[in-house]
Amino acid sequence: MQLIFEKSVAGRRGYQLPKSDVNVTSKIPSQYIRKTECQWPEVSELDVVRHFTRLSKLNYSVDANFYPLGSCTMKYNPKISETVASIDGFANLHPVLPQLDPDLVQGALQVLYEMDQLLSEIAGMHCFTMQPLAGAHGELTGVMLISAYHRAKGNKKKYIIVPDSAHGTNPASATIAGYDIVSVPTDKNGVLSLKDIEDKITDELAGVMLTAPNTLGIFNSDVDKISEAVHKVDGLMYYDGANLNAVLGRARPGDLGFDIVHINLHKTFATPHGGGGPGSGPVGVKKSLCEFLPISRVIKKKDDVYALDYDYSKSIGYVAAFYGNFSVILKAYVYIMMLGKEGLKEVSDHAVLNANYIMESLKKYFDLPFDRTCMHECVFSASRQEKNGVHAIDIAKFLIDKGFHPPTIYFPLIVKEAIMIEPTETESKQQIDEFIEVMIEAAKLAENNPEEFKNFPKTTSVCRPDEVKAARDVACNYFLNK
Amino acid sequence: MSSFIANTAQDVDEMLKIIGKKSIDSLFSDIQPRHEPKSFNIPPGISEFEILTKFNLIAEKNNVKLVSFLGAGFYDHYVPQVVGALSSRAEFYTAYTPYQPETSQGILQSLYEFQSMIATLTDMDMVNASLYDGGTALYEAMMMAIRINRRKKIIMDGGVSPIYRKIIRSYTSNLDIEFKEASVVHGRADRKEILGMLDKNTSAIILQNPNFFGAIDDHSDIIESAHKLGILVIESVYPVSLGILKTPGEMDVDIVTGEGQSLGIPLNFGGPYLGFMATKKKYVRKMPGRIVGQTEDKEGSRCFVNTLQAREQHIRREKATSNICTNVALCAVQASMFMSLLGKRGLIDLAQLNFEKAEFAREMLESVKGVEVKRSSPTFNEFTVKLPSDASDVVKKMIKKGFAAGFPLSRYYPEMKNYLLIAVTEKRTRQEIIDFVDALKEVLCN
Repeated sequence: MQLIFEKSVAGRRGYQLPKSDVNVTSKIPSQYIRKTECQWPEVSELDVVRHFTRLSKLNYSVDANFYPLGSCTMKYNPKISETVASIDGFANLHPVLPQLDPDLVQGALQVLYEMDQLLSEIAGMHCFTMQPLAGAHGELTGVMLISAYHRAKGNKKKYIIVPDSAHGTNPASATIAGYDIVSVPTDKNGVLSLKDIEDKITDELAGVMLTAPNTLGIFNSDVDKISEAVHKVDGLMYYDGANLNAVLGRARPGDLGFDIVHINLHKTFATPHGGGGPGSGPVGVKKSLCEFLPISRVIKKKDDVYALDYDYSKSIGYVAAFYGNFSVILKAYVYIMMLGKEGLKEVSDHAVLNANYIMESLKKYFDLPFDRTCMHECVFSASRQEKNGVHAIDIAKFLIDKGFHPPTIYFPLIVKEAIMIEPTETESKQQIDEFIEVMIEAAKLAENNPEEFKNFPKTTSVCRPDEVKAARDVACNYFLNK
Repeated sequence: MSSFIANTAQDVDEMLKIIGKKSIDSLFSDIQPRHEPKSFNIPPGISEFEILTKFNLIAEKNNVKLVSFLGAGFYDHYVPQVVGALSSRAEFYTAYTPYQPETSQGILQSLYEFQSMIATLTDMDMVNASLYDGGTALYEAMMMAIRINRRKKIIMDGGVSPIYRKIIRSYTSNLDIEFKEASVVHGRADRKEILGMLDKNTSAIILQNPNFFGAIDDHSDIIESAHKLGILVIESVYPVSLGILKTPGEMDVDIVTGEGQSLGIPLNFGGPYLGFMATKKKYVRKMPGRIVGQTEDKEGSRCFVNTLQAREQHIRREKATSNICTNVALCAVQASMFMSLLGKRGLIDLAQLNFEKAEFAREMLESVKGVEVKRSSPTFNEFTVKLPSDASDVVKKMIKKGFAAGFPLSRYYPEMKNYLLIAVTEKRTRQEIIDFVDALKEVLCN
């Protein structure tokens, strides 16, 4: 498809500005003026509308396709959340207004305050900060809190334990915050054994970052015992909330001994992921850590008046300019209000039911490295198909031609040829049956006619981009490539 | 059962039968009784209709009716209807990160166009596909500079947004980095002071143009001196101003960052916004975040992919250039739409209009008794005034008259109790500006 720049025609305009109604004599001196010309395209309003409408049609999306992308919780994003976020009183609210007068933003502060309370109850924590702008940002905030805690206590801590099945963001976040990483291998049951963790615990352990259930979709029954062992050396337990969708109302990180939690609102609480973002990664902590949370914090005064409080001398400071991705937080709040207590429990019930149904239905056809009841996602391996030269990526491309967004592939790294399937609770049995059927078709084709896979996908505008070339001859700017 | 779940009781029975379990509860057997929640007191769910009523009432407790002269890095620009209409297409907003290029050419091409438009705006070679916001982008730029020259001292100009300065200090409080901050000036950066701080241990200088107080600068001379010592220069910019102002590329800046909210993103009470980063070609492999690159497919057709992924956390884990994963792709796409609508002429006109409106307001305020405009060099759409009394009190009185009069600087600079930062965008009409000045006169008289 043509680039917007290739549609540019000199003199064309896509947007009419108001005419200037002021006459001023002052000019910016010429030494401050740009000499080069900015090359934004010259196109009409309809050109822009048609260009982006056509581009949109090249995407797979939750609204059009089953999207079982493991670890990403691609559930349906309710339309009502979008409507609420677009209400003038939320969408056009300037973030520094409360510094003029908090009375101007009582509604927004109420949303932030009540979300703090709801998330605290859901996760079993004492209080939350809404500031972190995505999951990884929440992780970094969390590790900064770990660091602040140990500094305040005079603890000499050096390293963080991360499982080998963890998301890459965990070790990356802990490193950026200044810690060394000790990786612990997954055992034959698909979890970290208490003993393997205990072997790595010393007085220099700052904390442990865990996902529960983990990225194999398995809940570690020893997780509370791990917490106890870590607490004995004054280490802190960090809960990566990427997989919270599996345990709503069934287990709360706080009750399992976790001290710090981040929640990906764009996963569990159904806010749209926007083709890569925005997300939102609020961080919750136990009471002993509240004093370290970022500022500002929303407080509720007498007569239900809300205010921003900056007076926390031990706070780690600001991790973002304002109060987090407010409109994302608002959408998640709408979702929680709409589902309520029972609705939230049903989320996990059906997410787990759907995943187990897929796992049982496909395990005859694909290798299942850890054959046990899973939670919200299941991880297969294409190692059986690989013997015929068919890889996980080939199966992914086959699924694309059948109208499905592929599962996550090659993650977690510890499973060879991994295919990680997370259906979510919003998919019906009938939709899942279609997916299962197509997966079985893929397995059979890999047996009988493996060569066919090299030609998939056939139905999309492009097929198998050359990623090596992209990385070798980096071309990320049209005007430089020309 | 909520309307977001499709399985009926019969579906559940059939599925459990295949799984070989008697109940959904039995699927949760790894969660032991001792793990059960101590409480789960969430209110019962309510209907969509009730939600709408409830949130309309909450929204009414926010005041968006004031005529706004508020900026401080976040601006009340008009967002054309096309941006909202196109970006609310579910094919954009309900997709995930483009891990499979064949199902994501729409988002990938949009991001490639975004990168190209930011590149030509800033006059830089390489742009990434977005970072969370302007503040975190500036922090990432500083970490990138440290990765490039392996030095540990950072010099920050006094004109950098105090909000950003606080963010950066929070992130680096437990890292071994030495900070030097130049004094706050309302005009151009203090050459003598900054150049005096430079040495061979300095990794980077962080500048902002226009600075927090709206002052325009040409940093070329500082940059030339810095480069002689192997020091990198990072500049945070306000994209709309670049319709007129000398570009970072023309000044030979090494890493450019900015807050892209002014490119078609609503104010949203602080987020989501749009952080962007641009750099020179030679530094592209040190850049954090996703980068979309052009390539060819099997048939030789042009297409787009996430590239240089070997820098990123999902491959490199603890050795990655950053921990960032989710960015703000949808905001970048919105900005692409906005920039395409504006075009090269529209950008210049928008910048000119913002400049003129602010100049008009400034000239009028200069004639008000007791108001002193504080600036020693030209400003772009924002400037500081010194009032005869506490700016916070004046602002409160102006609210009663229907104006958000500006940002009282004492919030970050206690010594500037009487100072007010005033921003004027293309949305403010001549009459609103006149009324604003009249209201201020009245407030100051009483």
